[in-house]
Amino acid sequence: MALLDISDLHLSMRSFEGETPILKGIDLTVERGQIWGLVGETGSGKSLTGLTISRLLPSTTAHYTGGQVLFDGKDVLRASDRDMRALRGGRIGMIFQDPTTNLNPSFRIGTQMVDAALHAARDKPEILGLTGRESRRARRRTAWQASVALLESFGLHDAEDRMPRFPHEFSGGMRQRVLIAMAMIGQPDLLIADEPTTALDVSVQSQILRLIHRLVEERNIGVMFITHNLGVVAQLCSHVAVMYRGRIVERGPVSKVLKAPEHIYTRALMGAIPTARARMDTLRGIDGPLRDRIEAEIAATAKEVTA
Amino acid sequence: MLWYVIRRLLLIIPTLLGLTVIVFAIARLLPGDPVGLAAGPNATPEVIASVAAEFGLDKPIPVQYWNYLTGLLQGDWGVSLFSRRPVIDDLAEFVPATLELVIAALLIAVIVGIPLGLLAAIRRDGIFDYLTRTVSLGAIAMPRFFLGLLLQLAFAMALNWLPLSGRFPLIEFPPDRITGFYTVDAILIGDWHALGLALQHLALPALALSLSPLATILRMMRASTIEVLQQDYILTERALGIPPWIILFKYTLRNAVSATLTVIGLYVSWLLGGTVLVETIFDWPGIGLYSTQAILGQDFMPVIGVTLVIAMIYLVTSVIVDILQAVLNPKVRLQ
Ligand SMILES: Nc1ncnc2c1ncn2[C@@H]1O[C@H](COP(=O)(O)OP(=O)(O)OP(=O)(O)O)[C@@H](O)[C@H]1O
Ligand SMILES: [Mg+2]
Repeated sequence: MALLDISDLHLSMRSFEGETPILKGIDLTVERGQIWGLVGETGSGKSLTGLTISRLLPSTTAHYTGGQVLFDGKDVLRASDRDMRALRGGRIGMIFQDPTTNLNPSFRIGTQMVDAALHAARDKPEILGLTGRESRRARRRTAWQASVALLESFGLHDAEDRMPRFPHEFSGGMRQRVLIAMAMIGQPDLLIADEPTTALDVSVQSQILRLIHRLVEERNIGVMFITHNLGVVAQLCSHVAVMYRGRIVERGPVSKVLKAPEHIYTRALMGAIPTARARMDTLRGIDGPLRDRIEAEIAATAKEVTA
Repeated sequence: MLWYVIRRLLLIIPTLLGLTVIVFAIARLLPGDPVGLAAGPNATPEVIASVAAEFGLDKPIPVQYWNYLTGLLQGDWGVSLFSRRPVIDDLAEFVPATLELVIAALLIAVIVGIPLGLLAAIRRDGIFDYLTRTVSLGAIAMPRFFLGLLLQLAFAMALNWLPLSGRFPLIEFPPDRITGFYTVDAILIGDWHALGLALQHLALPALALSLSPLATILRMMRASTIEVLQQDYILTERALGIPPWIILFKYTLRNAVSATLTVIGLYVSWLLGGTVLVETIFDWPGIGLYSTQAILGQDFMPVIGVTLVIAMIYLVTSVIVDILQAVLNPKVRLQ
């Protein structure tokens, strides 16, 4: 059974103007040990796909009109809220783009980290080496020690001294390490990373990428890595899925897709890269005649499929 | 932190000193004849001169100011022209009465306003949210004295649950004076009967005074909670599987309260300045009533005294708010 199996996922977002279809039939399978790069232009639905897997979109606006998202064989779109909370942190870890805004500014790093650890340990006490019968204080102490150890192993030196500090006393790279540690302390099987290095400078970026790579090797987790940066995909990912307007237009092993892109949109993306390490941000907008050609070709393939 | 507090408190002194100059100048230079008023309508020029000499008002104004200031430092806040009572004695009686009222009103506003604001925010656009939004708009707009009259009509006259006015029953003795706050003194000496009576008298005026700050705090709390709930870190906390109640009561509450705190601080001075009408309606023997009489009688020593006390309370409050702000919000550096 695949770790994550998304099939024919349809999502509409409600707003004042009515319902807008955002995801129009996403199919994606992530196995353990795979790092999937999810690329595509801005607004193509990458983040909403990621948030759907943890079912973090507000039910008032997000309307799932079809398909299923099987995590370990269980459909998250139909799971209870309680089950979803157990999945989050404990089975599915998430990290986001901006480390400066994703830590609560009013609480010590240690407090936030220990809470994350304790909530993951409610359903999996073994991750902290607990039996579940310890006192509250003993649990907190164990969670604290486990947090320090994890932060140290993620390259945050003097973690013991840093735990009682507040987020604004940390650099961006340090905060992102803390956030990754918070996502990983529950030993999840799947890590969803939504542009985790976009806000960091290049040297810190490659350290974070190495850290994620190490996690996959050591723990055999699956990763969904959302990015604009095809250079990062080439460097880190084993597989890549290319999104365009709520659909995945091309997918496969990185070596294959980046060497011989089949879909015109992928080719447009790659043709637009000035150098291998350039960021896609500058290229988010593909416009003019090229966009018309992409649209025409997609329309043609859609007709072929229905015909 | 300790240094910061000490420095802030020391900074209050020059502010107050400047204030004495201004208030003294205004009170003495305004047209009017306080000595003549005090001496009475039929006083002969000799009597008026002797009254002026008694109070030192025959001296040049800078000298009067100097005498006042040196007296102030020795605990002599001047004497009322009419009652001839030392102002400091009057203040010791009336300031605790007003403070008790203001603090009770503020406590009601905070204790009710913050949870209701939080509730309105998490049930945003629900029935409760609409209800509180409408009611609080009305509450902010409604004059306090009118609300006071309504409360008297309903709870004192129609239902007869609570006393109509006053701070304590006329036929009973208030608790022995320790702090001057009847509720606090009753608790300190363990007189539960007196505590009950004091609370009964406090209830309606405090309620009348609390409604507007309550509504403002509720709206502020609602807005800041909604703002906090939209922050990235809340999504991260949810993605970590942290239960909603911990996210709300631990990780959201503190940030939202810290935004609301500034409003609460501002309301202290608003309340202090705004007790007059409520004190009049409820016959509450506080500085509102006291200073109104003093102003009408051009009795300037009490006026200056009351002004200084209000300024002092305001300045101390702002220090307290800043300290609380720093406790809630580690990014605020105390320097
Ligand atoms: N809360 C929302 N309500 C309505 N529409 C939304 C909401 N969030 C996102 N959308 C829309 O859904 C589409 C997909 O958004 P999404 O954030 O998944 O894009 P993305 O591929 O992650 O883009 P980016 O690369 O800029 O992060 C966009 O067109 C966006 O306007
Ligand atoms: Mg995105």
